[in-house]
Amino acid sequence: MSAATPSRDGSSLGAAVGALLKSREVAVAVVLVLLIAATTLKSDAFLFSSTGWRDLLLTPSMLVLLAVGQTAVIITRNVDLSVGSTLGLTAYLTGRLFIDTSLPIILVVLAAVLMGAVLGLVNGVLVAWGRVPALVITLGTMYIYRGAFLTWAGSDRINAGDMPRAFRDLGTDSILGIPVLTIVAVVVLAAVGYYLHTARGGREFYAIGSDPDAAHLYGLRISRRIMAAFVLSGALAGLAGAVSAARFGTVSSSVGTGIEFEAVGAAVIGGVAIFGGSGTVWGAALGAFLLVTINRSLPVLGISDFWQQAVVGALIVGAITLDRVLVRRQEKKLVAARDDAGSSHAGPPTREPVVATTAPGSPGASAPGDTSSPTDPQEGTR
Amino acid sequence: MSTVSPEATPGSPETPSVERTYAAYSRPFWQRVVLSREFAVIALLVAAIVFSRSQVEYFDGPQTMYYLFRDSASVLLLALPMTAIIITGEIDLSVASIVGLTSVSFGMLHDDVGLSATIAALLAIGVGVVCGAFNGFLIAYVGLPSIAVTIGTLALFRGIGAGLLGTESRTDFPEGWTDWAKDRIVEGQPYPMVLIPFVVLAIAFALLIHFSSFGRGIFEIGQNDEAAHFTGVDVARTKAILFVLSGAVAGFVGIYLTLVSGVARAENATGLELSVIAAVLLGGVSIFGGRGALHGVLAGVLLIGVIQRAMLLNGQTINVINIVIGVLLVLSVMSTSLLAASRRVLAASRGARSSGGPSRSAGKRLLS
Amino acid sequence: MKIHNRRLAGLAAVALAASMALTACGSDSDGGEGASGDGGGTYTFIPKNLGNPYFDTSNAGGEKAIGEFGGEYEQVGPATGDDPAGQVTYINTATQQGRSALIVSANDPDALCDAIGEAMDADIPVVTYDADTNPDCRDIFVSQADAAGIAQAQVDLIADQIGDSGEIAFLSAAANATNQNEWIDLMTAEFEANHPDITVVDTVYGDDDDQKSFDATAALLQTHPDLAGIISPTTVGIAAAARYLSTSDAKGEVKLTGLGTPNQMREYVEDGTVDAFALWNPADLGYLAAYTANALATGEIEGEGDSFTAGDLGDYTVGADNVVLLGDPFVFDADNIGDFDF
Repeated sequence: MSAATPSRDGSSLGAAVGALLKSREVAVAVVLVLLIAATTLKSDAFLFSSTGWRDLLLTPSMLVLLAVGQTAVIITRNVDLSVGSTLGLTAYLTGRLFIDTSLPIILVVLAAVLMGAVLGLVNGVLVAWGRVPALVITLGTMYIYRGAFLTWAGSDRINAGDMPRAFRDLGTDSILGIPVLTIVAVVVLAAVGYYLHTARGGREFYAIGSDPDAAHLYGLRISRRIMAAFVLSGALAGLAGAVSAARFGTVSSSVGTGIEFEAVGAAVIGGVAIFGGSGTVWGAALGAFLLVTINRSLPVLGISDFWQQAVVGALIVGAITLDRVLVRRQEKKLVAARDDAGSSHAGPPTREPVVATTAPGSPGASAPGDTSSPTDPQEGTR
Repeated sequence: MSTVSPEATPGSPETPSVERTYAAYSRPFWQRVVLSREFAVIALLVAAIVFSRSQVEYFDGPQTMYYLFRDSASVLLLALPMTAIIITGEIDLSVASIVGLTSVSFGMLHDDVGLSATIAALLAIGVGVVCGAFNGFLIAYVGLPSIAVTIGTLALFRGIGAGLLGTESRTDFPEGWTDWAKDRIVEGQPYPMVLIPFVVLAIAFALLIHFSSFGRGIFEIGQNDEAAHFTGVDVARTKAILFVLSGAVAGFVGIYLTLVSGVARAENATGLELSVIAAVLLGGVSIFGGRGALHGVLAGVLLIGVIQRAMLLNGQTINVINIVIGVLLVLSVMSTSLLAASRRVLAASRGARSSGGPSRSAGKRLLS
Repeated sequence: MKIHNRRLAGLAAVALAASMALTACGSDSDGGEGASGDGGGTYTFIPKNLGNPYFDTSNAGGEKAIGEFGGEYEQVGPATGDDPAGQVTYINTATQQGRSALIVSANDPDALCDAIGEAMDADIPVVTYDADTNPDCRDIFVSQADAAGIAQAQVDLIADQIGDSGEIAFLSAAANATNQNEWIDLMTAEFEANHPDITVVDTVYGDDDDQKSFDATAALLQTHPDLAGIISPTTVGIAAAARYLSTSDAKGEVKLTGLGTPNQMREYVEDGTVDAFALWNPADLGYLAAYTANALATGEIEGEGDSFTAGDLGDYTVGADNVVLLGDPFVFDADNIGDFDF
């Protein structure tokens, strides 16, 4: 449980570089800045034309929303694979409402968010009360939601002309040089980030993900929190659906396919531990920003965009491997610190008791591996 | 303990003995076979076939079963190693990407490099093995969570395939090979050739998972890998081997898919990993690991195949079919929970009666 | 994720699961029971993908023709436009169902050949339209316009719009799309031969996917700051590119033309993003394809040299390589776009 309460990393010998590497957010941000710099050197329109600047900020907004929701779910030791299908369904709902009703834009967007929240609630109820792993449930609902979307839409598609100009302008307009959709994404990011970092409910997300059994014994309302996480993820996917409709001006049958893996990948790159209890939405948002920007940079850098998927994959694998190396190092340090302190120090986080509570049946639980989430020292410093 | 211990699978001559107090032996043999999750799936499969034959037009036609086997072959094959991997509590999301990459490798090695089909095929399977070994190394020896690793390699392997071939394709394969992929074992019978290597592999995997000490290690790891470690199971090596096997089978599927469609493309089998996992879970393997049996999984794959074919013949689009598969998947995993819950209620109301009760009651009997 | 090992379900699981699956199967079979008729015969359209307005329009033309000669119309297809395996499944199914004819727009020239061959072995005529397979795979290809005519129309349009000099790029569908590649090759050759000041700098692929095409256009403008024009010989691509251009700095600077449908392009022609673009009438294409399939099914035509009447469109003759040609493409611009609704 110690991981759930922020505590400073006591190591004093942490040089600037070490601290930098340890903060995943900073590391991802540095990579991102380097990437943008390199791309801009190659073609200054990438950053210094008004379209380039706008696209740089605008394109990631959709994935940032999904990554934020995904992070909330992953922190509770779950995963939501249905977000891509939810996005498709709500994007279509957005267009449909504009065609069939004359609701004002704000209500249509709210309807999309609401629908996403309901779809998320279905996931949450099944996972929290059905006591079935989220991976399986959301895999199922991914099929179901996508099928429902395609059946509902049929061979129908939403064209630009079907949606009011003012709505589509939201997809490209800027306020003080910042695109509207980016502002939306940042506001959501800040709100969720603040909640997770400071609010009691947010801290309980981490507690549940760190050690569900301990959280249960402690009297936390696990089912309710998990449901809340899924509702949040669904609602943000719904918002992303509306964002997608505004940005692209059309809703085709394939919108949102495969984006769930990108959202999970963004969170993982941003330092969110896949087994919960650790990570921040800031990291996930930066991860999303990086993923999208890589996609846009590669062609400019002269690398065929066919390779971008490989680069993304390598990044994910690299990120989690780096995590593990850093955690190992940290563990060694902690053990050394304990040994130095001698017997006066009573209960330092040793490996065995932690493993005993996490290992049984947890998917992917491996003896040395699972210590990382509960005792992950990184979370505290964030 | 799981009820479907290796000894409980059909074909085992073991008879219940009075002295035994293990839960698995607290019921007669026939009950253990019939009242299992796997048998439920098989019963469902039979029901679906009977229903479709009588109700769905053209389903009893000569082509149905042939297409069913041909289309299900990739999932059937990939489900074999996936079953073992999920029983250990891990998961492999990258199999379909390995299929895509080996398809590209096979096509390019044969068409661009000019190697003979045999050597290209062997090298392509080698590529699959390397991919699997990469996963296995990171998961088993570096200790990374398999879901994160294989989400990464899902993108990585597919991305390498796409990078090598772009959205081009390679189509020049020897006639004999492409014909083989579509031939039937016996002319006029609905069994495509690919069933021969499948049956061989299925038997091999059944022996490996259910009738070997290695297989018992797989189940032990899934139940508690720490405990497995202490009973002498080499946890890391077992997991690594399974991922290598998964890569090798995916390599074979990559070649098969290339030949059966006649085209090597990077997009081959996109999204297939989800079908494989859905089928394995539908077949009664627990996502938490430690429980499952191969015959249930194979029935699960065929069940999905039958439903797909029947609904296609009925004029349903793939969308409706996906809804049905999704609902089936959710309900099948929920049913276990619901039953467990209802059993808890029942058990509470009538005390700890032993008949078919959970292992807790067996434990009590042991104590008394 | 609660961590527990769950007990096996017993007999109750059999009963529960069985009732589940049976209801699942039972409910779906109600609707489809009477789907396959016995009389007129069913003509199955398999477009590249469903939910594509171009195919919606062309297949509506097909449906009209089928109504005229008294058959039944059916449309099935995959959800995405780069999925030949999905098309194979639908071709196989239609073969099993013994449909009267298949009318296919191929996602890949080779991947469909075996499935089509099996259909033809079962005496089901197979007509390709819009995008062809290899000529020896199918019975007849109904071509929207000959490739040379389509290429020429687009080359003329862009050359006129950019003043016959500068950099241009292609935004195509999938890299495997037969028709796209043929047109692009012809256009490239035409630029080299007759427009020496125009250089083709890039070809990018949007896979007939809105979002991909949209992003590909953005990338194109980033990569080639001096780009003068884009040709997108695909309806999805040109609409996505127009949408991107209409809100970017390059609006009016970078010219866009290609093949598009009036309804999708109306807005961008009216706001000045696009000057003019070309297309045949897709409804006529579907109409002609359906009549061709009917003529094959009734034995009226067999191959090269045979003639038949395609309803309102008049008489057609099967040409070399068993190709039936619809006609020349039509150029839409601000003056005439108001006259069309498809």
